[in-house]
Amino acid sequence: MTAFVPSNILAILPEILLLSLGVLVLVLDPFWKEENRRLNLGWLTAGGLLVVLAVSLALARPSAPVLVFGGMLRYDLLGFAFKMLFIFGAAITALFMMDVEQVGRRAEAYLLLLVAALGMSLMASAADLVMLYLAIETTSIPLYILAGFLTGDERSTESGFKYLLFGALTSAVMLYGFSLLYGFSGETSLYALAASFPTFSLLALGTIFLVLVGLSFKVSLFPFHFWAPDVYEGAPTPVAGFLSTASKAAGFAVILRLFTVVFPSLSANWSLILAVLATLTMTVGNLIALAQKNIKRLLAYSSIAHAGYAMIGVVAFSQLGAASTVFYLIAYILTNLAAFGIVTAFGHVAGSDDVKAYYGLSRRAPTLALMMMVAFLSLAGMPPFGGFVAKVFVFAAAIEQGWVWLAVVGVLNSIIGLYYYMTVLKYVYLYRMEGEEEEKHPIPLSRPYAIALTVLTIGIIAVGVIFAPWFGIATGAAMNLF
Amino acid sequence: MQFPILSVIVFTPMAAAMLILLIKSERKNEIRVTALAAASLALLLSLWVYFSYDKAAAGYQFVEKYNWMPMLGISLHLGVDGMSAPLVLLTGVVMFTGSLHFGVDGMSAPLVLLTGVVMFTGVLISWGLDDRPREFFAFLFILASGVFGVFASLDLFMLFFFYEIAVFPMYLLISIWGWIKTREYAAMKLTLYLFIGSVVSLIGALVMYWQSGLHTFDMLALEQAAFSPGFQKLWFPFVFFGFAVLGGIFPFHNWSPDGHVAAPTAVSMFHAGVLMKLGAFAALRVGIMLLPEGAKSWSWLIMGLALVNIVYGAFIAMVQTDFKYVIGFSSVSHMGLVMMGFSTLTRVGLTGAGVQMFSHGVMTALFFAAVGMVYDRAHTRDIPRLGGMVKPMPLVAVAFIIGGLVSMGMPGFSGFVAEFPIFMGIWQVRPLVAIIAAISIIVTAAYIMLVIRRVFFGSMPAEFEGHIGPVAVQDKVALVFLCVIMIGLGLFPSLMVPWVQTGVQHLLSLLGGA
Repeated sequence: MTAFVPSNILAILPEILLLSLGVLVLVLDPFWKEENRRLNLGWLTAGGLLVVLAVSLALARPSAPVLVFGGMLRYDLLGFAFKMLFIFGAAITALFMMDVEQVGRRAEAYLLLLVAALGMSLMASAADLVMLYLAIETTSIPLYILAGFLTGDERSTESGFKYLLFGALTSAVMLYGFSLLYGFSGETSLYALAASFPTFSLLALGTIFLVLVGLSFKVSLFPFHFWAPDVYEGAPTPVAGFLSTASKAAGFAVILRLFTVVFPSLSANWSLILAVLATLTMTVGNLIALAQKNIKRLLAYSSIAHAGYAMIGVVAFSQLGAASTVFYLIAYILTNLAAFGIVTAFGHVAGSDDVKAYYGLSRRAPTLALMMMVAFLSLAGMPPFGGFVAKVFVFAAAIEQGWVWLAVVGVLNSIIGLYYYMTVLKYVYLYRMEGEEEEKHPIPLSRPYAIALTVLTIGIIAVGVIFAPWFGIATGAAMNLF
Repeated sequence: MQFPILSVIVFTPMAAAMLILLIKSERKNEIRVTALAAASLALLLSLWVYFSYDKAAAGYQFVEKYNWMPMLGISLHLGVDGMSAPLVLLTGVVMFTGSLHFGVDGMSAPLVLLTGVVMFTGVLISWGLDDRPREFFAFLFILASGVFGVFASLDLFMLFFFYEIAVFPMYLLISIWGWIKTREYAAMKLTLYLFIGSVVSLIGALVMYWQSGLHTFDMLALEQAAFSPGFQKLWFPFVFFGFAVLGGIFPFHNWSPDGHVAAPTAVSMFHAGVLMKLGAFAALRVGIMLLPEGAKSWSWLIMGLALVNIVYGAFIAMVQTDFKYVIGFSSVSHMGLVMMGFSTLTRVGLTGAGVQMFSHGVMTALFFAAVGMVYDRAHTRDIPRLGGMVKPMPLVAVAFIIGGLVSMGMPGFSGFVAEFPIFMGIWQVRPLVAIIAAISIIVTAAYIMLVIRRVFFGSMPAEFEGHIGPVAVQDKVALVFLCVIMIGLGLFPSLMVPWVQTGVQHLLSLLGGA
């Protein structure tokens, strides 16, 4: 733990840039005319985030892992890789937000998005309990507001309020767990805490449970998953997409770091707990998704199930396991953002989120339908899309460490998943609109959607076919843990 | 470096699919011509591979290997981290990224040829398809790429990759262009069955990967891994039966007749002609070749199930009244013979199975083509309502009869070259099974002759008089082409048997035999 060194600034360069961008958005907003706001704000945020991404990639890549700012943050590839993911996710979400009523024109929405991304970035690199908690709250509070952003809409209000209540409750329990960790060890640094838990103790196990409550909520792990469908359904769709991808990935970044760094001695115990939770999460998510009639709820349950798959890599507690989780999240973020983006674009024109509303989409908008097929097949785990390779990696990691049964559970679940994803595609490709010419009801894509969805579709295929470089990054990130 | 012919074969259909998608959907003729050109190219290339395979040298030939950019993973990491110590850890993981590794041996060379043949004739048969031909050919070609990829892959990971690519387009092809009454149900059933099968095998493959300790998916290396007998016995059923689902093994055969019937003609040809071979071939390549000890201890089960396939399939085919279901169940029965040939684990039996895969592929493609032609004109497949089709379409009748003779295993046709060694192989191992299985020959003859009499001969029902038009030129070309192959192979077995024998030789050496 060293004193402040100017070069440490690089460790928080992405965060500094994010904050500057937020301030810029807020300052410029009053100068713009009402009718220009939507375009200006959206392009400024998305473009600014791209610049942040590029500058960070050019200047702030970490070398050897090092603790900075008095041990508050760890400047390593794990955190950095996740930060880049969050910034990318936020940029795409900003593009999706532009056309949403009551959201796209308001600078606060973009500011809140940027602050949430800032919080997530800090979560990914936090190396101290205090920092970690602050980062989690910095992420959560903007997201509570964003979920309830449509003030005139009852469901959105309900969504925001529900998210806030559950979030506050679980976060309080987690904070209690943190206080116990501090109480037993007298340390707040994650990297110093491990020494206080050299062997198994019931107290440590109890603390793990308490901490796990808060983190399970973040990644929607069973039994703290039930907020997700209600919140996703009511929240503005791009926000739901952001919640289900970047926010979830941030939770996983914390879980990976916390469990491997603080509790390596108890790995046998928490691995089993997480394995059981992953099993339940996958199974519950997939089974309930089967019965959904609303596409946003269906995607919500599917995203619960995906948290279970990603957890398999954590359970494996190995370098390959951590790498496979990171890789899974990369593929999943691309895929699920695309899925929610398509739902946003479709809902914007058709005004419905009912699965039945997707009748004849392949004739109404062939390109959109093709993108939807790519996204849903990737979710189902079909090659040549990212989801296939990602699933193979997590299952491989599980089998390497002898968790064959968990891999079998995952495989069986992916069959259930395939069924309901295909059911949606059936509406898109097979059924026709009754008594109407589909060609007369096109789904025009505005430019932001066209750009974002094209990028995501290419990304899904790129991750699925040329997976080595992505896997190289994931492995590099995982090596910072072991 | 030699010309990378296998990659060209594998990616030609894929590239053609992309090209076709770029053509405007109204320009249907250009789409068809492009499709035919690509299919002809694939056929010529696969012919070239087949005939220039060096039987004397045997083994895997035309081998190509490209590392799937694993170095990028390492160098990128080094650039980022700047430390050398973790490199040791890294080697274990980077290997995982798999590689594009192609090659054919005596077993797969005929199957590559078969795929070329079916692809070519399939395009000819679907010439008249009018509903969105652009998408149809694009999906069909993506599927063909997957099939070529499986037959040519020597890397287990890539084998799975191509396997799944071959499975999914089937869903769209059946559910969009299929028979309206059952297509949705059949397509979903087929996809779920095949997906279940493949993921079960995938688990087995991953277990093999770790157990071998070699950190590679290279099947040539895994062949030499010498897994312990206990391990092999435990995991063989997963791997073998996972793939055998696609080969239509009892009791997992159920998807296949439904799928055949619901699919449009060219897709049925692909499905029964090539896709089911995919399952059998992968079961052989991954199951029996990588886990030979497991194969030895489970061969009784394979044999038992295959026996049910053969006999039960034949009887069920006999009682069908739907023309296409008859052929669908006959496929189940004939694929049983392939599995039966595998289960003997003897030289003759395996050789017969290898030839049978090719012979059945051509035969069943011909059957489905003929059924499709009859259905397109009569608009019914109900056998009691058909009759007298020989007059308006004599060539179809002749072709169907030739196919029927192949199906019965008549000498002088490819079916005999394939089935006789299989029965010989079973006789060597278990004479009783051979006797029971032989019942199927009689039953097959019975249902084939019944169908021929009822559909093609007898008097034509009044409703069809004057409504049955002649078949198109491209249909005739396809039928003649398929017939020539079956007769040619029947008269000159040396056009295929020596190829298969070199493959079997390698198999037997893995099995510890001669």
